[in-house]
Amino acid sequence: MNLAAQLPVLPIIIPLIAAPLTILLPPRRLKGLLPYVFATLVSWIVFAASAALLHSVATAGPISYHMGDWAPPIGIEYRIDLANALVLTLVSGVAALAFPFSYASIRAEIDDRQLSMFYAMALIAMVGLLGVVITGDAFNVFVFVEISSLSTYALVALGAARDRRALTASFNYLVMGTIGATFFVIGLGLLYQATGTLNMADLKIQLAGESNRMVEAGFAFILVGMGLKAAMFPMHLWMPNAYAHAPSAVAVFLAATSTKVAVYVVIRFIYTVIGADFDFAGAAFNWLIAPLAVAGMMFASIVAIFQDDLKRMLAYSSVGQIGYMLLGVSFGTEQGLSASLVHLFNHGLMKGALFMAAACVVLRLGTQTCAGYAGLARRMPLTAAAFIIAALSLVGVPGTVGFISKWQLLAASFDSGRPWAAFLVVGASLLAVIYMGRVIELMTMREGAGGRTKEAPATMLIPLYILVAANVYFGLNTEMTVDLAERAAVALMGDAR
Amino acid sequence: MDFVTFALERYNYWIFITLMMMGLYIVIARGNLIKKMIGLNVFQTSVFIYYISIGKIDGGTAPIYLPDDLKARTAHAGDHAPSLAGKSEMGAGALRPDESLHDGFDLAGNDLASLTAPAERPDAAAIHAAPAGGANDILAAPALTIDGPGAGADLAHQAADILYSNPLPHVLILTAIVVGIATTAVGLALIVRIREAYGTIEEDELEAADDIAEFGHIPHKPGRAA
Amino acid sequence: MTPGLAIILALAVPLVGMAAILILDRAPNFREAATLATGAILIALTTLVFLSVGEGARPGFVLTTVVGGLPIAFQAEPLGAMFALLASVLWVVNSLYSIGYMRAGDEKHQTRFYMCFAIAIASAMGVAYAANLFTLFFFYEALTLSTWPLVTHKGDDKARHGGRVYLGVLMGTSMALLLPAIVWVYSIAGTTDFTPGGVLAAPLQDSGPLPAILMGLFLFGTAKAALMPVHSWLPNAMVAPTPVSAFLHAVAVVKAGVFAVLKIAVYIFGIDFLSASGAATPFLWIAAISILLASAIAMHQDNLKARLAWSTISQLSYVTLGAMLATSMGAMGGALQIAAHAAGKMTLFMCAGAIYVAAHKTLVSEMRGLGAKMPITFILFFIGAMSIVGLPPAGGSWPKFLLMLGAADAGALFAIGVLILSSLLNVVYLLAIPVMAFYLEPAGAGARSQGSGGKPIDWRAMKEAPLLCLLAPALTAALALLLFLFADPLYRYLLPMLET
Repeated sequence: MNLAAQLPVLPIIIPLIAAPLTILLPPRRLKGLLPYVFATLVSWIVFAASAALLHSVATAGPISYHMGDWAPPIGIEYRIDLANALVLTLVSGVAALAFPFSYASIRAEIDDRQLSMFYAMALIAMVGLLGVVITGDAFNVFVFVEISSLSTYALVALGAARDRRALTASFNYLVMGTIGATFFVIGLGLLYQATGTLNMADLKIQLAGESNRMVEAGFAFILVGMGLKAAMFPMHLWMPNAYAHAPSAVAVFLAATSTKVAVYVVIRFIYTVIGADFDFAGAAFNWLIAPLAVAGMMFASIVAIFQDDLKRMLAYSSVGQIGYMLLGVSFGTEQGLSASLVHLFNHGLMKGALFMAAACVVLRLGTQTCAGYAGLARRMPLTAAAFIIAALSLVGVPGTVGFISKWQLLAASFDSGRPWAAFLVVGASLLAVIYMGRVIELMTMREGAGGRTKEAPATMLIPLYILVAANVYFGLNTEMTVDLAERAAVALMGDAR
Repeated sequence: MDFVTFALERYNYWIFITLMMMGLYIVIARGNLIKKMIGLNVFQTSVFIYYISIGKIDGGTAPIYLPDDLKARTAHAGDHAPSLAGKSEMGAGALRPDESLHDGFDLAGNDLASLTAPAERPDAAAIHAAPAGGANDILAAPALTIDGPGAGADLAHQAADILYSNPLPHVLILTAIVVGIATTAVGLALIVRIREAYGTIEEDELEAADDIAEFGHIPHKPGRAA
Repeated sequence: MTPGLAIILALAVPLVGMAAILILDRAPNFREAATLATGAILIALTTLVFLSVGEGARPGFVLTTVVGGLPIAFQAEPLGAMFALLASVLWVVNSLYSIGYMRAGDEKHQTRFYMCFAIAIASAMGVAYAANLFTLFFFYEALTLSTWPLVTHKGDDKARHGGRVYLGVLMGTSMALLLPAIVWVYSIAGTTDFTPGGVLAAPLQDSGPLPAILMGLFLFGTAKAALMPVHSWLPNAMVAPTPVSAFLHAVAVVKAGVFAVLKIAVYIFGIDFLSASGAATPFLWIAAISILLASAIAMHQDNLKARLAWSTISQLSYVTLGAMLATSMGAMGGALQIAAHAAGKMTLFMCAGAIYVAAHKTLVSEMRGLGAKMPITFILFFIGAMSIVGLPPAGGSWPKFLLMLGAADAGALFAIGVLILSSLLNVVYLLAIPVMAFYLEPAGAGARSQGSGGKPIDWRAMKEAPLLCLLAPALTAALALLLFLFADPLYRYLLPMLET
């Protein structure tokens, strides 16, 4: 068997097999190193496979993999083009850092006996997200969404060892997530009824030129369902608590990937399945997605300013940033789409780094309130420096990925004749200056309660600094992100026509 | 009376919508977490019913391969022999619109021909024809479109001379049912843990406990009874 | 060494110097030596570039390309070369002064102080040599961020508040207005390169109020230029130690702002398009109001540094005014004003610092009679004040002259009136200080009196500030005088920037 030909399925199949094996590894022998090392290795292999896929797609064009050699549209197709290869690399890349990162943090935050289970679930959560991204079959998206969601509910609930509110947060997430996924299924049902197919590419062909209420209703259900998963304003209420009370390492992974994947699905359905030239999509862009995106940007950023809990603040900030992505999508232009994809990738980098820094602080200082960050620059200088760089990136200071995102989004706004959108974007990032500046000021200008504390262990600092370096690197060298995103956007728009 | 006919013919959708709304209402309005789970289940079940009903074809049999001698008998078991795919024949006015659940709808989703013989699709035009009709007819009055004796219809006619129900939605929803069960299991497990941690599963009491943990007191919220 | 390489080194050398400062944290003498050595090399580099530009060369360097064909690129042209040379020379002078000041005041976190200074000067070099708006913005923001720790150096509540306003206004305006303006220009013209003659003239022909809107975004987005009403950061930044105020808030930061305004007017809009489109007219009035209002407020400030800060706001608007006159004389006047005001205002700030170090006085009303005790300081102050007012033989007189010529060319006669009135106001609030110090009796002379910090001061034991604190203002005062004598070569040097 030619392994290279099977490459597209490897990111799914390897962790899927590895997850049950992880449960078998003894959680308490060797300080729980066995499941940790095993899961980490798996995540690295997956990342390598994803990177290979990205390379292959970037050089040789889209890949279509037929599951079990059943030809689409009957068989399930894994279809990898630039757009999902980019998201795939983000998800697996963050996972490849979050797994090594998790060890010290998770051992401090959950019961040792649950360690194997934790890693098994984390692997499954990763599989789910990767599957959503990689598949070219609409119903398969739903299956993978639920795979990742179910394990995520459990992962979030593990935070109960530290704070029982994790349980209610997880339950709320479960209710909202299930409603979202079910809406998505309804939407799929309507599309299936209209076309008789579930393969995305085939759906596109069947729907070409179609515009009727059934398709519209299906699209609306899909948008609402995925909007819930993406924490699109005003369907974001589950997210702040889930991120704030989940174990820190879980929050790192989720914040950097899960909502982005949902946004990707929205993009995929709008462009590849429904088609952006579909009248209804245009109306949805102008009258639904754009206003909600703007409202999310503004409202969530303002709420973030008033949060006492740092992780919850970051979560609200994520809601706002999702607004940026959706705003880009709503332009309906290649540039807007590429700006969204770039921001999707970049935001994963910055939020990952921020949540990692927050996890380091939780580990050493046991606090996640903003007040607990007072004097951090002196108490944990390395963590504080990383946090500050990532925060500057979020704000959009030149030389960081945040700036690239903002530049692309502004350029897309002006080029598509929407100067108002540009000013809303910069307005929202001013709000980010306020909520991030508040924490940075606390960290650098106030004296903390205690003296210098031990820094987080190297297993945490190294992944943190890799992400921080990525924030700067991709802020200066955009060959990979922007160029690929532009090509991906062109391809998606090509799909849409 | 057209509208009444139109609405009544689609009674399966009304069941689905009613159940769905009931489920959602329970999830939103009930404070007890178990009741919320039940509501969630009702909600999900409504979608299962929706999927099952769209796959069912009146008189259709389970999609199991039958030897030739059985074929004939099965074919006569239904009220009308012509297959769904043979629309051109059906369109001649042989059917009364209110006769069955689905005959009135030309559901592309149930167009087995396009599923069973993808490789044999003669040309893009034929592929296009089926869904185009299917999608529009849902909205239009339940009159049938006549595709014309196109090459696709002929092929489909050959491929399926027995009336099968569409198995795909059923298979799909089987997956969703499994997912639903898993969700319920996780949800119930969470409720057990919440009960252990808080000693209650009433939402308002949980919120009050969290508020006390966060603010030290129960903040006054407008609209909430003391 | 090629001038192109010199440009890159001018950016890199301060950063290397910063690393050296960090390494030499424990050895203050070597640490300061590192600062000075870095400064000396930097002057050599900027001089090289300056001379090469004078010969008509336009050395450049493309560092990297970031987004969609937008390079971080550098290119020296007369205005930038002058600004870079000025900044590097004054940095060394200021470093001398800082060493005296910081040691005399026994300040904390001196290593951090010198490190941030080094980053700030590297950023200023980046601003000076930027070949496009994108690069300019990049270093503009770096300058803001690197000077924030300097503003909040004292770490008390006042410093925190000052720092918050500083960062809030500078970053807020640059992100909310300047960045969209840059992207808008990029979207309209397809480039953000500084091009002689401007890039907007062709695509924005007959486009209604759009040029004026863009100009407004640029002017208020560049809050470092302190045009009212985005000036409030500057008085707040005065909580910083005096060397910071002297160098950054009289030279590097504020001049980066007006320099950017001038460059945008000349190389993005183009003088001709600016006057033809009428984009500048509304802002001419705002600049005029800013000049007079800031001067009026300055008169009411008793705190010397606050008075100087308000004076700076007023003087910076001269440059904006010059740019908005949209005539070549106006632009030249603005360019010369950058140099003249830098020398003059820095002298004044350093004198204020010397007075604080020696006598612990910060209020103007307490400086009566101080001239007898600190004659050198007040003579230097007098020279600086003359330059600001625009009296010969100080350098500040030429830019005012050119600005008036420019105003006459543009037919904006009210601007001439504004300039004359402002000079009169300057006389009142600046020249009066040394006069008071020399000719009035000190309040409570002969007895012990309170210093501004509440410390008791022995009036009789009071003497001049340490030598380093006098040497530096002496150098800048000399520069202010030289600028009067050598205004013509500088004028000729800058002239090519107006060629299209």
